[in-house]
Amino acid sequence: MSTLVLTLIIGLGLGALYFLVASGLSLIYGLMGVLNFAHGAFLSLSAFVGWAVAQAIGADSWGGFLLSILVGAVVGAVFAALTELALIRPLYERHIEQVLVTVGLSFAAVALFDGIWGTDPITVRGPVWLSRTTAVLGASIPNKYWVLIIAAVVVLAGLVVFLRRTRYGMIIRAGVENRGMVTALGIDVRRSFTLVFAIGGAAAGIGGVLAMHAMTYVSAGLGGTLLIFAFIVTVVGGLGSLTGAAIASVLVAVLQQVANTYLGGTGDFIVVILLAVVLLVRPAGLMGKAA
Amino acid sequence: MTMRTGSPVRTWTPLILGVVLVVVLAILPLLNLSIPGILPGPTYTPGSLALMSLCMVFAALALSYNLMLGTAGMLSFGHALYFGAGAYGLGIVLQAAQLPLVPGVFAALLGGIVIAVVTGAVAMRVNGIPFAMVTLAFAQAGSVLVRRNQAVTGGEEGLSLNTAGVPDWMVGVINTRNLYWVSLAVVVLVYLIVLWVDRSRLGHLAAAARENDLRVRVLGLHPARARLMVFVIAGLCASLAGIAYLLLQSGTQPSAVGADLTITVLVMVVLGGVGFRWGAILGGVLYTILDQRLTVLARADAIHQLPDILRVPLSEPLFILGVLFILVVMFLPGGIAGTVDSSLRRRRGGSASPGSGGVDEGAAGVAA
Repeated sequence: MSTLVLTLIIGLGLGALYFLVASGLSLIYGLMGVLNFAHGAFLSLSAFVGWAVAQAIGADSWGGFLLSILVGAVVGAVFAALTELALIRPLYERHIEQVLVTVGLSFAAVALFDGIWGTDPITVRGPVWLSRTTAVLGASIPNKYWVLIIAAVVVLAGLVVFLRRTRYGMIIRAGVENRGMVTALGIDVRRSFTLVFAIGGAAAGIGGVLAMHAMTYVSAGLGGTLLIFAFIVTVVGGLGSLTGAAIASVLVAVLQQVANTYLGGTGDFIVVILLAVVLLVRPAGLMGKAA
Repeated sequence: MTMRTGSPVRTWTPLILGVVLVVVLAILPLLNLSIPGILPGPTYTPGSLALMSLCMVFAALALSYNLMLGTAGMLSFGHALYFGAGAYGLGIVLQAAQLPLVPGVFAALLGGIVIAVVTGAVAMRVNGIPFAMVTLAFAQAGSVLVRRNQAVTGGEEGLSLNTAGVPDWMVGVINTRNLYWVSLAVVVLVYLIVLWVDRSRLGHLAAAARENDLRVRVLGLHPARARLMVFVIAGLCASLAGIAYLLLQSGTQPSAVGADLTITVLVMVVLGGVGFRWGAILGGVLYTILDQRLTVLARADAIHQLPDILRVPLSEPLFILGVLFILVVMFLPGGIAGTVDSSLRRRRGGSASPGSGGVDEGAAGVAA
């Protein structure tokens, strides 16, 4: 029983991490049709900068921890917005080239991070409470997973409020639904592209700092590892659907953890099987628009 | 296929050039030529031969990727899976089943085909960008399988070639030039397969579906089947390149399956020019040499004395290649081959139509 509870809650925490990465990817793809390979680079950079900030203030203080998350979000947002302005915008509507440019960026960025921070993973410390555990139904849950879950819920709630209540949010939602119609109504959808990139980058940045604490190390490859699962999540959930991304993150991560615990560490493989099954049964994904 | 118009000179020139180039490459190990700055030593030395062989293996891989991206218009991020299937497949059958080399090669190719059929059929449920993501996931699963099953694949350490089943003339540094000829044979074979597909009904159908899928279907043809065939053939060619890689490096590492290798191949093909066979070859060769030479450059003293802000980027070859790639995508659409081709056309007075003429007219056979 306690093993099951532990597995499920860790799965939920991991799902929260996937969601932080996948939400931005899904929104960007839904609105602009761009598959953003550089998303992993946003995440890694935020983690590195967040780590440096926390080091400067005091890695085991709560102030340092919270500030590093904030800095991570800002770094991710700025990096993403600059990427959109400098690389994506000039290639407007040329989707393959846009993908290629983000591939090149992630290629170059990971190499640069390797050069700056070294190729070996850097072990990080956080507030002491994060490395302790809390007992739930007889299972000792590492506290860092609670932080992940809370962060993802806050980001999800923030995104939902933003998308439903604000003018820009409505433009973004309408743009995902039918971009041609929004443009025909005289609204410049392109202005919201940078915004979507910045939001996605901020979510990835928060995810980066928290992923660093969850894995207790930071390296240039941190983003790339998570990115592949985020891709799987976005395809399973349905491209462009935030709800789909949220449901699929939890589904994928819980399945992965359960398989890792009970089926001898086959989690990663099971996830790919799940992807294949979803594609065969519902190619548009769980919440995706019918193709 | 319709008759080619144009003078016989222009029809035959590419073929003659190709044959001459292959012959020159074939006798290179017997000559003593030095190309300072590109090759580490004279052409007969094992170091230079190994680098040139590696160039040819990657050229073959790039050719197979170009068949998929250039001819059929499928952006796959999982192409390394089939390369790895060839390399690991052969390594495993030589190690575990103790097969001799020739049956081993066939077993590895068969394995590559099976994996390509299964993954291709599932991935083709979706098109475009989702297809790219799904193929990436499959390659990642392959990479995870390779890393986890330490007993069979050697895990992170990699798998070294079991030389018991391999003929003596293919083993050891002393025989690098034999491996060089094997690599040359592989790239020529892959080139001929790719050429044959591009010229066949299958290739035309896939190319037509790339331009307008709906119209092809309205004509009563089955583009999905053609795409799957092209996918499998491209996978087979990649497996062949993987086999050559295993023999050349006398081993393979998990990176031969991973997403990074696919991205590397993508960079090669885009650099060279999507849709041009000679562009893919050029891209493969250029990338391999650049990667090698930039690594040497990174260790040079001149770089180490620079201030940090210049030293760090310049000592990362992949950073330079990534930036180069971004610049090519943004400012040189069509890559090297596309740019050369359109300027040639302009000089001839023909219309330069980007992307459409490349596959058929792409200077067949200029570069082996």
